[in-house]
Amino acid sequence: MGTQSISIKVNGAEQTGEVEARLLLVHFIREDLGLTGTHIGCDTSHCGACTVILDGKAVKSCTVFAVQAAGKEVQTIEGMTTNGELHPLQEGFMEEHGLQCGFCTPGMIMSSKALLQENSNPTEEEIRIGISGNLCRCTGYVNIVKAVQYAAAKI
Amino acid sequence: MTELKTSAEIGGMGHSVKRKEDPRFIRGRGNYVDDVVRPGMLYMAIVRSPYAHAKIISINSEKALAHPGVAAVITGETLKEYNLHWMPTLMSDTQMVLPIDKVMYQAQEVAAVIATSRYAAADGVELVEVEYEPLEVVIDPFKALEPGAPVLRTDKEGQKDNRIFHWEAGDKAATDQAFKDAEVTITQDIYIPRIHVASIETCGIVAEFDSVEGQLTCWMTSQAPHAHRTVFALVAGHVGLSEEKIRIISPDIGGGFGGKVPIYPGYVIAIAATVVTGSPIKWIENRRENLQADSFARDYHMHAELAADKDGTMKALRIKTIADHGYTDAACNPAKWPAGMFSVMTGSYPFEQAFCEVDGVYTNKPPGGIAYRCSFRVTEAVHAIERLVDMLADEIDMDPAALRFKNFIKPEQFPYKTVTGWEYDSGNYAGALKLAMEMIGYEDLLKEQKEKRERGELMGIGISSFTEVVGAGPSKHFDILGLKMFDSAEIRVHPTGKVIVRLGVKSQGQGHETTFGQIVAEELGIPVKDIKVEEGDTDTAPYGLGTYASRSTPVAGAATALASRKIRDKARKIAAYLLEVNEDDLEWEPGKFFVKGVPDKVKTIQEIAFAAYTNHPQGLEAGLEAVSYYDPPNLTFPFGSYICVVDIDSGTGEVKIRRFVAVDDCGNIINPMIVEGQIHGGLTMGMAPVLMEEISYDEEGNIYGGSFMEYLMPTAMETPNWETGKTTTPSPHHPIGAKGVGESATVGAPPAIVNAIVDALSHLGVRHMEIPITPEKVWRAINGL
Amino acid sequence: MIPGPFEYHRPGTLDEAVALLASLGDDAKIISGGHSLIPMMKLRLAEPAHLVDISGLDGLDYIRESDGYLTIGALTCEAAVDRSDLIHSKYPIISDTAHVIADPLVRNLATIGGNLAHGDPANDHPATMLALGAEVVVSGPNGSRTIGIDDFFLGPLTTALGADEILTEIRIPTPPANSGGAYIKFERKVGDFAIAAVAATVTLDADGNCVKAGIGLTNVGPTPVRAKAAEEALTGNPLTDDNIATAGRLASEASQPISDHRGSEEYKRAIVEVLTKRALYKAKSRAEGGS
Repeated sequence: MGTQSISIKVNGAEQTGEVEARLLLVHFIREDLGLTGTHIGCDTSHCGACTVILDGKAVKSCTVFAVQAAGKEVQTIEGMTTNGELHPLQEGFMEEHGLQCGFCTPGMIMSSKALLQENSNPTEEEIRIGISGNLCRCTGYVNIVKAVQYAAAKI
Repeated sequence: MTELKTSAEIGGMGHSVKRKEDPRFIRGRGNYVDDVVRPGMLYMAIVRSPYAHAKIISINSEKALAHPGVAAVITGETLKEYNLHWMPTLMSDTQMVLPIDKVMYQAQEVAAVIATSRYAAADGVELVEVEYEPLEVVIDPFKALEPGAPVLRTDKEGQKDNRIFHWEAGDKAATDQAFKDAEVTITQDIYIPRIHVASIETCGIVAEFDSVEGQLTCWMTSQAPHAHRTVFALVAGHVGLSEEKIRIISPDIGGGFGGKVPIYPGYVIAIAATVVTGSPIKWIENRRENLQADSFARDYHMHAELAADKDGTMKALRIKTIADHGYTDAACNPAKWPAGMFSVMTGSYPFEQAFCEVDGVYTNKPPGGIAYRCSFRVTEAVHAIERLVDMLADEIDMDPAALRFKNFIKPEQFPYKTVTGWEYDSGNYAGALKLAMEMIGYEDLLKEQKEKRERGELMGIGISSFTEVVGAGPSKHFDILGLKMFDSAEIRVHPTGKVIVRLGVKSQGQGHETTFGQIVAEELGIPVKDIKVEEGDTDTAPYGLGTYASRSTPVAGAATALASRKIRDKARKIAAYLLEVNEDDLEWEPGKFFVKGVPDKVKTIQEIAFAAYTNHPQGLEAGLEAVSYYDPPNLTFPFGSYICVVDIDSGTGEVKIRRFVAVDDCGNIINPMIVEGQIHGGLTMGMAPVLMEEISYDEEGNIYGGSFMEYLMPTAMETPNWETGKTTTPSPHHPIGAKGVGESATVGAPPAIVNAIVDALSHLGVRHMEIPITPEKVWRAINGL
Repeated sequence: MIPGPFEYHRPGTLDEAVALLASLGDDAKIISGGHSLIPMMKLRLAEPAHLVDISGLDGLDYIRESDGYLTIGALTCEAAVDRSDLIHSKYPIISDTAHVIADPLVRNLATIGGNLAHGDPANDHPATMLALGAEVVVSGPNGSRTIGIDDFFLGPLTTALGADEILTEIRIPTPPANSGGAYIKFERKVGDFAIAAVAATVTLDADGNCVKAGIGLTNVGPTPVRAKAAEEALTGNPLTDDNIATAGRLASEASQPISDHRGSEEYKRAIVEVLTKRALYKAKSRAEGGS
């Protein structure tokens, strides 16, 4: 089983790699590209710590092979700031105390971004559904909901 | 309300200062163990036992070693050469690092594969061939205690049965007599199942040994880096590891909750591997390993009894517990407290007599008995007492709130000495319950419930009025492996008035970089933005026992305040010198000393700091820094009252938490925003085991709950919108009057929810329900099955 | 957890994909969304030597209505099904179903074709498709064929799909006027498979009598279960409380659950009965123009 070359646009920059077919996208992002903001929390696609945006859709990058993402666009937490400016979601998580240990936070932010792209004014219920693929062990979700509401109001 | 003594700009106590750690986390720039990469680093993966109890006949590494990328396979025999195949637990029991002859639980470490990549290491694990001979499995702790049960710890000389310890507190004879004399007695068996902290970040280590310097550096998920360093030095001193050359760096930690206090075999194997291979080793456990092999929490089988008068006056309490510890006692309790603070079971009530006994038992399960966001077995104790109180209310047909008000220890009784030996520092239990009842509209809910019951709808209201015990602890009573449970702070004020604070505790999300800065800001009037807080590096931080059991604020918080005050004392001397007055003529207000009655004769703390390095008085040492090692005179006793309202679907048994009001009193508050966040999280972790989470085993010792497919952690959809309130009863003995809050909600929430569910079904004859209260259990209760 | 090694193929056309499958034989697995397969590979419960990735194939991602059928391309992801206005307005039972599959992130990649082709009785679409009387179109070396949904699920994780066949389309007959359907899933938490779930469809005549009923059950048997006796009991009769209760009881009898950590056999049967009734009431309400 050899390797194959892939090219993925990550946070706007074309990235190429020589990878084994079984390399998971999350490992490509974290280890080949050194973008360690995307985390791994469970291996069974339950926790969402590895959430990235793949061609506009929030997905769990532990359940995608890097070769499947070839030719596509990926956005990670590192791509959320533009020219140093925080995204309203990043601001919201900080303002509303939507994070504690910070481990689920990048995934939560990416899921929330995808949610707000589809629905710029979600209800509390819609936010809760939108982040239901992401587990947080610290916050009890109350302030995460508020953080998304903060961003929705701002966008 | 905590009185604000500083401006928002200074940001001392009581200000909801935004967290200083957040800017890196929201950008994905946290630095967790798995983010650490070292040149030439190899990866480790672990071969684990499919059996709960088996003899190891052979381990064949040939195929694994032949696999491309595999560098080494480490077995118990490898470690035995260095006498590192066993290690002590924090409870002075012994634990296998890697086995030589037998495995004692499913998923136990059997061998480790070292390879050039994660992928090759995982392949190697598949290729290690282990031959086992299954042995009789002991899963039920009651059966483990029966005569004739196989003795599991054949390695321990003199161990003739599976009992680890027998521990008791209180006066047995007097309690028994009180039960004989009682007008009413309540008896209930209560099981608090095995659960797992399941922080979203699993455990891991990057271990790097420099053989020339003899220097070992470990980046690891450690809630107690100093204690771990000392243990490593003591365990591996004979192979040349020396404490001054061991550096533990605990970087950002993705949640701890007690799960990162123990020393796991994986850490030790990785350290052995870096010594053996000469390369840095990374080991990051996967979620299955984390759930299946890391320390569990709870697993207490309690037989609980309460004696009272017919009018509801509570008289005596008696609890007998069988504690399933798995194959070794690897709990993280203080040494003299094998059942932790369980004897705080009398809770918020002035019992005249109480007695508890706990028997620790070996079984073929993974070891543990750690926190899950609970300070040393208080959750189990609170569950028992708050359930019994509700059962008593039911028995004598009294409103559960009224019964609590009738019995609560009164504010004027503090400090209150309990019959089991605790001295509660301060409290106003009735005040907290009253506020919770107002917030939730208790009377209206009772009316609503009555109406609904007439219509056949199921709705329940549950109360829990808990007393926590945190802040371990006074060194005469509390130590772990002999290390006294003080904690420390070192503060340096730089010439420009900026500050670095270093602490012996270690945040795992609690926001120490912010709150400890706020304590310094409060004490010195230096803006919190000018204060850097650093933890987790044993080369730089002062010695401390770490963060767990809600001890950071009570112990290290006090050390921080006292170190600040030492600095303020020295600053006063410098200010007196600069202003050419006597120290006694100076008055302090946050950030400056001025001459009494002459407010414009003033020196700011920043000016004083500069002078400390540029113009210090003769006879006084230069510089402006201080260290404090704080040995608390007592523990602190946060408390609260929670009220939960549930609606139950009578068709499916589904329980929905409609409302949950939590009134907490944790004394003076450093940062209200952070305290509220701690409570939200604690409530969620309180709810989870009541409704969903459990790790269980079949008779062969096969685990159920070993992945997130089976271990059901609540998402935003299962979690209600928590409502919080607070009262403030400062701790009289703590320098800043604070008490600690991280675990209160996890301790207090479960009985409120159980009481609400039982209340919803009480008219159907239901008196108790065991957690996790699954829809099926509720459905069975509804249908009398 | 790390999957074992495999060779990755990304065919450009459906024909190429079918040819690849035919040549690789049993060593190959199809991958599209991958949300059933990749977790199994990470656990090394599945170690295929070859993966044939069909996710990039053109023309299999659509939701259309024509010639009396709603047709859904097999590669349509659950999120798209969930969001489709056409489905939401005219086939709300399918929205109900897609909406409760796993979680929103999984729904962004998981496909409706995969949900059916995996043959897992715990998956949600099978019961709904049984209730709707759907058919699936599959392509193989000899061209394409259509399989009625009743003939599709053969056993646990086993379907009528040949090793060299690819499911390409789901066809659902457009129900006549005064029809309604609903899917109700009872799960331990979001992201879990159902303890049990029930799909129910009804068509009413002008007098309110049920002229056609469909009832499918999730995760209460070795395959998705169609509760035929319950359907028959309703057909030709008004949807009275009594008749709905009878259907609930018959659906429960048709289920074949086993006891596990999601619940005992007895409990699951009771849940089937309760959910069948609730799904029928909701289906009836929708048939009558409600929501």
